[in-house]
Amino acid sequence: MAESPNRSASVPPPTLALNPQETLTADTFIRGLWKENPVFVMLLGMCPVLAVTNTSINALGMGLATTFVLVGSGVLVSLLRNWIPKQVRIASYIIIIATFVTVVDYGIQAISLELYAALGAFIQLIVVNCVILGRAEAYASKQRLHTTLINSLGMGAGFTLALLSLGTVREILGNGTLFGVPLFGEGFQPWVIMVLPPGGFFVLGAWLLLFNWLRLRKERKVMQGSGVAANAG
Amino acid sequence: MQDESLYLIFLNAAVVNNFVLALFLGICPFLGVSAKKETAWNMGLAVIFVMLVSSVSAYGINWLLTELDLLFLRLICYIAVIASAVQLVEMLVKRYSPALFRSLGIFLPLITTNCAILGLALFQTAKEYDFVQSLVYALGAGGGFMLALMLMAGLREKLELARVPSVSQGAAMSLMLAGLLSLAFMGFAGLGGSHG
Repeated sequence: MAESPNRSASVPPPTLALNPQETLTADTFIRGLWKENPVFVMLLGMCPVLAVTNTSINALGMGLATTFVLVGSGVLVSLLRNWIPKQVRIASYIIIIATFVTVVDYGIQAISLELYAALGAFIQLIVVNCVILGRAEAYASKQRLHTTLINSLGMGAGFTLALLSLGTVREILGNGTLFGVPLFGEGFQPWVIMVLPPGGFFVLGAWLLLFNWLRLRKERKVMQGSGVAANAG
Repeated sequence: MQDESLYLIFLNAAVVNNFVLALFLGICPFLGVSAKKETAWNMGLAVIFVMLVSSVSAYGINWLLTELDLLFLRLICYIAVIASAVQLVEMLVKRYSPALFRSLGIFLPLITTNCAILGLALFQTAKEYDFVQSLVYALGAGGGFMLALMLMAGLREKLELARVPSVSQGAAMSLMLAGLLSLAFMGFAGLGGSHG
């Protein structure tokens, strides 16, 4: 999604490996967790982030399912990158992704009907999650197999982390439990709105506020350190 | 077959289970294209049109795949047909209204990867709506999407003139606004029955 100009000016744009073949380093994995976190930094794939994070179990299930599709489609796209004609690449990626989503869909149905019912249509909607298509287009289609594998795992972990950070907060506040285990005594009055739709918006907004604040504080420190704007408000 | 009345289906899709504010479908365009009312209006129209097209095609595909007993191919077929439908709209818009094409920019092709469109196709299949019901459902969902988008755009235009703390600029502020809108839309709960 598009960001407002003042935001994109201060956040360095995600560096999408300009060198044709990236060498495998720890950064290949860690980048997805923090610097290029798909949810908090790139603001991609927001729909499942908001929709299925009302409990931490749902969040974890969704995160793992998305990671599976991300890794599977990344590996296949990377293997086929020299065979897919440029003109039909997006259509091919979507078909590959849809195949893996169908696998996950039937897989979750076989493993846990309860989770399947809770996630609902959002398992099938992984197919239109822009994180996955974005990674296929920007990374997997250009990189070798092993770097793609590690990078997709990192991205998936970052996505799962973001889902969990919403899911746990919402479940604790809205239900007083964590992974279904009650945290507070009998007297706890749940903040029900947090597990309802508005809570998703509020909690994600709060996380972004926190990150904005941290970023601004860091920038201010850097500016003071270099003495450029020592007395700026 | 569902025997819900058409009026209830429309009301349900448009406000009670609003695609954006209650079901969280189509958040990306909702946050991305809601900075100006005019663009939001155009985007809303495009979404309504694509929803109608994909609703019709999804109905056809589902019928065909049920006949052939190939339901596991449903997701792949849906996404392929919807993507082609969007391409068609894009070409038509480019041909007949270059100004509109420019103002929508990259968001027309992105409607393809909009979960609201695919979600609509999946929900109408899950609810077993017949042809007319599907159309009304698509119209309601598209209308609801447009309503949410326009409300958001109006609020954000006002906010342009307000002085907000620097930490809350950008996406964080939009999300808080969306939360408040969603809170308001919860007031419609129970109005049209409680079908998800």
